[in-house]
Amino acid sequence: MRFALAALLSHWRRKPLQLLTLVMGIALATALWSGVQAINAEARASYTRAASVLEQGALQQVVSKGGGGISIDTYGKLRRAGWNLSPVIEGTVRFGASWIKLVGIDPTTMPREGQVASITDGSDISSFFSAPGQLVVSAATARKLRNATDMRLKISENVPDDAAFVDISVADRLLDARGKINRLVVASEQRPGLDPIDQVAPETMLRENTDKPDVARLTDSFHLNLTAFGFLSFVVGLFIVYSATGLTFEQRRGTFRTLRSLGISLPALTTMLVVELAAFSLFSGIIGVILGYFIASALMPGVATTLKGLYGANVPGSLSIRPEWWVSGLAIALGGTAISSVRSLWRVWSLPILAAAQPRAWQRASAKTLAYQATAGGGLLLLSAVLAVTGSGIVIGFGVLGALLLGCALLLPGLLAISLASAERVSRTALTQWFWADTRLQLPGLSLALMALLLALSANIGVGTMVSSFRLTFLGWLDQRLAAELYVTAKDEDQATRLREWLPQHSTAVLPIWSVEGDVFGDQLQIFGVADDPTYRDHWPLIVADDNAWDEVASGKGALINEQMWRRGTAKPGQTIAMPGGWDATVVGIYSDYGNPKGQVIVGIDALVAHYPDVSKLRYGIRVPPESAPTLRQQLVSEFGLPETAIIDQISLKQQSRAVFEQTFAVTGALNVLTLAVAGFAMFSSLLTLSGIRLPQLAPVWAMGIRRRNLALYEVARTLALWLATFIAAIPVGLGLAWVLLAIVNVEAFGWRLPMTVFPLDWLWLGAVALVAAILSILVPVRRLATINPADLLRIFANER
Amino acid sequence: MSAKIMMWILAVFFVTASSGQSQTQGFAGLGSDATGFAIPQSGAALSFPADHGAHPDYRIEWWYVTANLQGEDGKQYGAQWTLFRSALAPGVAQGFADPQIWIGHAAVTTVDHQYVAERLGRGGVGQADVVAAPFAAWIDDWRLAASSGATPDQLHDLSVAATGTGFSYALKLKATGPLVLQGDRGFSVKSASGQASYYYSQPFYQVSGAINVAGSNVQVSGKAWLDREWSSQPLAENQTGWDWFSLHFDTGEKLMAFRLRDDKDGFISANWISVDGKTSPMSKEDLRLEPVRQAKVEGRDMPVAWRIQIPAKSLDVTTQPLNDRSWMRTSTPYWEGPLSFKGTATGVGYLEMTGY
Amino acid sequence: MTLSMTAVRKSYTTAEGVIEILNGIDLDVGASESVALTGESGSGKSTLLHLAGGLDHADGGSVIMQGQDLAKFGERERADYRRTQVGLVFQQFNLIPSLNVAANISFHAKLAGRYDAAWELDLTERLGLAPYLSRFPEQLSGGQQQRVAIARTLAARPPLILADEPTGNLDEATGDAVLELMLSLAKNAGSALLLVTHSMRLAHRLDRKVILRGGRIVE
Repeated sequence: MRFALAALLSHWRRKPLQLLTLVMGIALATALWSGVQAINAEARASYTRAASVLEQGALQQVVSKGGGGISIDTYGKLRRAGWNLSPVIEGTVRFGASWIKLVGIDPTTMPREGQVASITDGSDISSFFSAPGQLVVSAATARKLRNATDMRLKISENVPDDAAFVDISVADRLLDARGKINRLVVASEQRPGLDPIDQVAPETMLRENTDKPDVARLTDSFHLNLTAFGFLSFVVGLFIVYSATGLTFEQRRGTFRTLRSLGISLPALTTMLVVELAAFSLFSGIIGVILGYFIASALMPGVATTLKGLYGANVPGSLSIRPEWWVSGLAIALGGTAISSVRSLWRVWSLPILAAAQPRAWQRASAKTLAYQATAGGGLLLLSAVLAVTGSGIVIGFGVLGALLLGCALLLPGLLAISLASAERVSRTALTQWFWADTRLQLPGLSLALMALLLALSANIGVGTMVSSFRLTFLGWLDQRLAAELYVTAKDEDQATRLREWLPQHSTAVLPIWSVEGDVFGDQLQIFGVADDPTYRDHWPLIVADDNAWDEVASGKGALINEQMWRRGTAKPGQTIAMPGGWDATVVGIYSDYGNPKGQVIVGIDALVAHYPDVSKLRYGIRVPPESAPTLRQQLVSEFGLPETAIIDQISLKQQSRAVFEQTFAVTGALNVLTLAVAGFAMFSSLLTLSGIRLPQLAPVWAMGIRRRNLALYEVARTLALWLATFIAAIPVGLGLAWVLLAIVNVEAFGWRLPMTVFPLDWLWLGAVALVAAILSILVPVRRLATINPADLLRIFANER
Repeated sequence: MSAKIMMWILAVFFVTASSGQSQTQGFAGLGSDATGFAIPQSGAALSFPADHGAHPDYRIEWWYVTANLQGEDGKQYGAQWTLFRSALAPGVAQGFADPQIWIGHAAVTTVDHQYVAERLGRGGVGQADVVAAPFAAWIDDWRLAASSGATPDQLHDLSVAATGTGFSYALKLKATGPLVLQGDRGFSVKSASGQASYYYSQPFYQVSGAINVAGSNVQVSGKAWLDREWSSQPLAENQTGWDWFSLHFDTGEKLMAFRLRDDKDGFISANWISVDGKTSPMSKEDLRLEPVRQAKVEGRDMPVAWRIQIPAKSLDVTTQPLNDRSWMRTSTPYWEGPLSFKGTATGVGYLEMTGY
Repeated sequence: MTLSMTAVRKSYTTAEGVIEILNGIDLDVGASESVALTGESGSGKSTLLHLAGGLDHADGGSVIMQGQDLAKFGERERADYRRTQVGLVFQQFNLIPSLNVAANISFHAKLAGRYDAAWELDLTERLGLAPYLSRFPEQLSGGQQQRVAIARTLAARPPLILADEPTGNLDEATGDAVLELMLSLAKNAGSALLLVTHSMRLAHRLDRKVILRGGRIVE
């Protein structure tokens, strides 16, 4: 048995490149898969922690119906009625240069299950209570705040970055909330027989924690995206493994036959092969997991920033190896190898003992096989279309994607065969005819690699189109939305009043940015007031609008709703919506509100103040000629006495927004490149495999007077032609992919639809990258051919086959 | 009485680990002046109904009701309702800035189970407070309040209610005797070095009402005792624990007795209350308290049965608890439960033990 | 004179040392002449054919074809020579697997620039290949493949046809018929024919017979 195993393994000593291909294939597949999983797991764990700490987990919340906050009286009333709930006053506060999310809690009543228990528990609760107050923050936040506050800082690893827990009395003071409670956290355990909350305090309502599903949905979409990429790369990696195992099994048929005729039983042989494959896949899997860790570490800062920018979920930018990665990484390596080698193993199992020892080179795909594949591909495309039309939900969206991609991949070899046949038919010279015919002959051997390439290229084009569309739209939208030159925030109402008097003399227009939170159609959302100003009339992007929409808004009768509300079917133009506080407004327009997961309503500023007199009047946009913005900024500081930090100029705001956005897709871009690299490697290994069986096909042509150098050039041209054809095929597939992402997945995940913009120049760039990969992949096999000893060709030609 | 409990609550909640903070000094050095709290003065007269209410200038205060109950089902029960007030700083303020912290403890004791609940809250927001007239003390939906206005005293007729996991009760308390001032006209000394509190009681309640344990209602009747105490001065540092008795004799007489344990022979004080409410303060020489039976409770050895002797009254009784494990599993745990006693006299009462 | 070989030597280096295959060959083949090359296995017949076909270099002596010295050829001239001056029919049929029969037959003729549709039609009919023109090599039997290889070479009408046991895979009767056909078609095309065979019976049908032994021509 040992000698048999040695005989089997000796194959690898003679074919080290094949071994490398196999190991690399499994390792790359595992690496991308486990890298993406690692990012996912880490990010998920982090923002679950952040969300549960900030939002007190899955606990229900009581909020006010009118959006003005809950009064202390109401809180006392609910407590006396026996409801076990705890008040939270929260908001954003500036310490020095940093904005901190302040969460004011009452540790005496905060439910144990509210996660903050661990923060406020313990011995130094007195510090938490006593003046001047204590901020419980993460280590990173503590470093930022060290010299920015005289409050004590306590470091807790449970607090997400840029957030701070304080006693509610401190939050009340710092946020100038005057006892207005943002929400009441409801303990999960309540005494039976309580009067319903809306009966005890009709001005409030019980709300399931809607923030959480929203965040979950957003982040789910991001992770689904990543997972899709991870899976794609994995499949591409499996192609490599499939072709590598297929080849090694074919080449060892002679050995198998010899071993069997020497009395090694079929089960024993199969067992040896399974053990061999398992050992290889475990070894490669370990390499893959380690590789994946490095990929994840490299991408993690980007992911952390992305999540923070997109969803406000804070994720540490560092990574710790988790045991589940090892398990899942190795499992996927084993599973992948099993899937891609089961066919080869089956062939060994069913091999008659006296079968020809000659390797059959490569299974020739008959027209029937191609037709069968194409039919399956067509079926998948049909399924994709049906899903796109009838289904809804983000999972269906990705189903559409998957069916589209796989369908196209399956169609590809058939389409290529048809186009090559046509090229052959119209060829004038014998050589071109041979060229196309011979290219067609290579299709079966290359089709897996070409399919992988198609997937990688179209994913690249699709995601690239999506990103570029997003960027274009988003930046345009920023320009429109951030039309004012300066934005200022007053520290309190007194200062705000003075600002309102001072500013009009120094600027073209002062645009209040005031909002309240309230319940519209059962959703807690923001209601903004806008001044009647050309800034809005000229710049605000309205998707759908009545002719006199802005007049209606100014008059107080009309309201604008964001695209999200519209697409969700919450409201539509012409509809009257019941506003919190008991008044009505008619929807007169829809505006795009990218990046906002929630609904939003805009009404006239007068209406806002009239219906919600308590609205906080602290923020303003200021219009001045752009050249005088710096002067005004200076005046605001020196003459008016506003701190530098309370002023944001448009440019820096846009830069911040832009930076957040650019980071968002940096990760996607990196994964794109990696996927392409894996596809390139698949191509390389296939070509390498083919080059071994190419010589007999080329020898007669050489014998009939075509030089080796020309043959090599034809080989290059052949590969490039296939790459080109695949690339051209990838463009419509990629655009389809982008369309699905923008029009289906994005709408399902984010609630808004992006106009699709096509960037052919990006394709050229991608095409160039793909070309380099193609040339690299063919380089080794062709060099071999160009420098082959004529005697070898002669030997192949004359007898040895 | 429960000054020690209060100190623990304070200690655990607000003091222990804030090393180097002023409160630690206050605990160790009795520096109450430094933090601005008022201090009980000997000879100051109590005034009602005002003193039924809260005294926010003092650091700690409580309203404490214990009831020995007989159920229609023939079983014995005990019930406890307590509201503690603890000030982070003297005085009151509106809203969340109020420095008063409130803590409620409620319990029902049966022969084999101690039902316990605890509530915390902050002042200034209406969640918990005490007003003198018409008298009402509450935290959340737990309430101790005057039943009707036209009584000789705000505390004469009370209703008391609380709920917790597995239990609830609603009881009517009717006084059959006058308020009793403890110590020297309400000035109760707590240590040899002179720490003291204001302390008065209403030990003469007849009780009727209902309790609910484990889902079943039981009509009950019996006797109850209310204690009121406030102070700013923590106890001496060497005092480690506390055994406190309130006894209802079948004759109608009452006895309040406590022993503060320390590293020496402790500090004992008592008050014999006649049927008409007349008091006879007693000290170490007049009274002997000695444990006669230990029981394992929550991993500790607790003296659950006691022998109480007052030679001048020819009194020699032994107390037995209704439930050896009358353990209050609150953030500051202690032992508190109903008892009955036999010997030269019989009756019921309550025992509180801390610091074990 | 079409092909003129003078004092041609060829040796191979193997693990056992240098083996002399051809040891001073002098051979002339005239235009349209058919010459049979016979000898025992390992006598150097195939090597001689490879040298004449420009597939391999001679170590010494000269191979002159149509007045050109093959020894002076670089790889490019060699390829040109193979494309335009010679036609090869080997035991292994060396058909191009990706092309069908028709394309295989016309492949060499087109490469050589001598494609003639009428001639090709005539050829395929006479070789009985007309029904198979759209088939692929793998769909043909051995004999059919051999006839396709012969047709391909004849279609190109090269000045010199080099054939190595072209009928070795056919039964005797078919082999004879195919050989007759080949001889007459080569004459029609004006091609010289150098044919390796160890069948004396076949050798007699050609214009001349040359026997190779120990790397020399003995007869």
